[in-house]
Amino acid sequence: MAIGVKVLERPIAETSYLRATLKGMSLTLKHMFQEPVTVQYPEEKWSLSPRWRGTHRMLTTEDGKAKCVACGLCPTVCPANCIKLVPGEDEKGNRYPLVFEIDEFRCIFCGYCQEVCPEEAIHVGRHYENSEYSREGFVYDLERLTAQTHPVCEMWDPADPKGE
Amino acid sequence: MTLPIVALLQASPPQSIVVFLVATVAKMLIIFTIYMVGVALLTLAERKISAWMQDRHGPNRVGKGWLQPAADGVKNIMKEETYPDDAYTPLFVLAPAMAFIPAMITWAVIPWGAPWDSPWGRIEMSIASLPIGFLYILAIGSIGVYGIVLAGWSSNNKYSLLGGLRSSAQMVSYEIALGMATIPVLLLAGNVSLNQVVEGQAGLGPLSWNVATCTLAWLVFLIAAFAETNRLPFDLPEAESELIAGYHSEYSAMKFSLFFIAEYANMVTASALMSTLFFGGWDIPFTSWDNVAPHSALKTLATTALFFGKTLFWVFFYMWIRWTVPRFRYDQLMALGWKLLLPAMLGYIVVMATAILLLQRAGFAPSSLPFSGALLGLNVVIVLALLFVLDRGRIVSPAYSRLDRRNLDKLRAVTPIRRGTEAAEAGR
Repeated sequence: MAIGVKVLERPIAETSYLRATLKGMSLTLKHMFQEPVTVQYPEEKWSLSPRWRGTHRMLTTEDGKAKCVACGLCPTVCPANCIKLVPGEDEKGNRYPLVFEIDEFRCIFCGYCQEVCPEEAIHVGRHYENSEYSREGFVYDLERLTAQTHPVCEMWDPADPKGE
Repeated sequence: MTLPIVALLQASPPQSIVVFLVATVAKMLIIFTIYMVGVALLTLAERKISAWMQDRHGPNRVGKGWLQPAADGVKNIMKEETYPDDAYTPLFVLAPAMAFIPAMITWAVIPWGAPWDSPWGRIEMSIASLPIGFLYILAIGSIGVYGIVLAGWSSNNKYSLLGGLRSSAQMVSYEIALGMATIPVLLLAGNVSLNQVVEGQAGLGPLSWNVATCTLAWLVFLIAAFAETNRLPFDLPEAESELIAGYHSEYSAMKFSLFFIAEYANMVTASALMSTLFFGGWDIPFTSWDNVAPHSALKTLATTALFFGKTLFWVFFYMWIRWTVPRFRYDQLMALGWKLLLPAMLGYIVVMATAILLLQRAGFAPSSLPFSGALLGLNVVIVLALLFVLDRGRIVSPAYSRLDRRNLDKLRAVTPIRRGTEAAEAGR
């Protein structure tokens, strides 16, 4: 059985080398005088979408305490199992988190914790520059989560699907 | 026996040996310095131009980008030099120098400016104005391949060896086309001295440049020069996608850098040669101000600036092509060199020699208006024929071009042999 060689019968006017090269050169020359599209990253930054899901942030009440009531919904809903929560109760019967840790390494930034939170306490934030020198540094405890100051993600609103 | 050699090597015997020696040493130092700094800056220029052509910024961190060559140099000097266990050390060490030196010493004969009548006597603006200038360049150019071949061989690495082999085949093939392309130029000049070639192109402005009177030769020279300097689209010896880095896969630190310097030095030399042979060299067109006495320093500087301007344009042209055209396949490269450029040049030499002879018989002086005009007309016809008749997928056959009917039948007749029994049957 012979090899089936397919032949593209191009019009002969389309097969050239020198003229095609000249055409290519005019294209590269044109691009030489175009503005570069690069964003000079550390100096310039892209504006993030209002729904950007990045590093977490815990919101606080007026007296500076975390809003969290340790209901346990976020560790339950978390698909990556990255939230560690140990609930406590004070003498008045108010629940508060004894331990609240998020492992940003395990987190997949789905934003379910923010969606499920009844107190609007835990949020994913509009922030992405979160490099660390050690693995331990990526486990954010409650103190660190409340100390974050970056803006938080605005959730999608079914009544206003385009965010206007 | 010594006299003819002296006559051959030195066109105009110097008035004073002391002035000659001092001037030569000074010229060597100046040219070497300009050359090395220029080559360093060219690495930056290449990166910048490539970036602009791809809508990027390019290096802009070290001193706004200007100190990038210095940073590269410091990095390469500080880096560890590795020697592969199986490399043949003497040749491994020698090869970078062998690549670098021929590229440098070609410059010795290239005239870069009008002579200067200094208070101490006339000083020629070339380090050694050899009467056999062009032959010297061809001879030195052939040595250039040794650096790459030895690097490939002594590394004891299959990719390096393949790169070295490719480069030797490529450079030997294209050297022939390169030499052939310059013959029409030398026919017009009637001499192999580069000074004479430049003088022959003065007079009518761009019309008397050899690019107008031997256009096809210029085109072939351009292509062959790309192949000789191993630049894209002919960088088969390096061919990152196939051979890692080809002949310099095993090199590190400053030795690797030296191959880079050699590449850029070769590029500058080829560009200077192209300006000299085909674009009037240092001569300022439309005026004879620079060709007549008194040869003041101003004239020297003006012509030098013009010459370096032309050279830099061709260096830019090299980079422009590099960031436009993809690499050739090896068989396409060889077919282009042997099946197209060489026969085309052989035919072209005959045509040009006949035309020059007929024009001279008809009583037109060389580099007069009808003489150059007639040659220009002839070349325009040849180039148009090349572009619109020959260039139909036949010059080089790109992957998307039509296959030759003959090759197609051959391909279709091939039977795939997969199993041993079938192989045995086919053998029988």
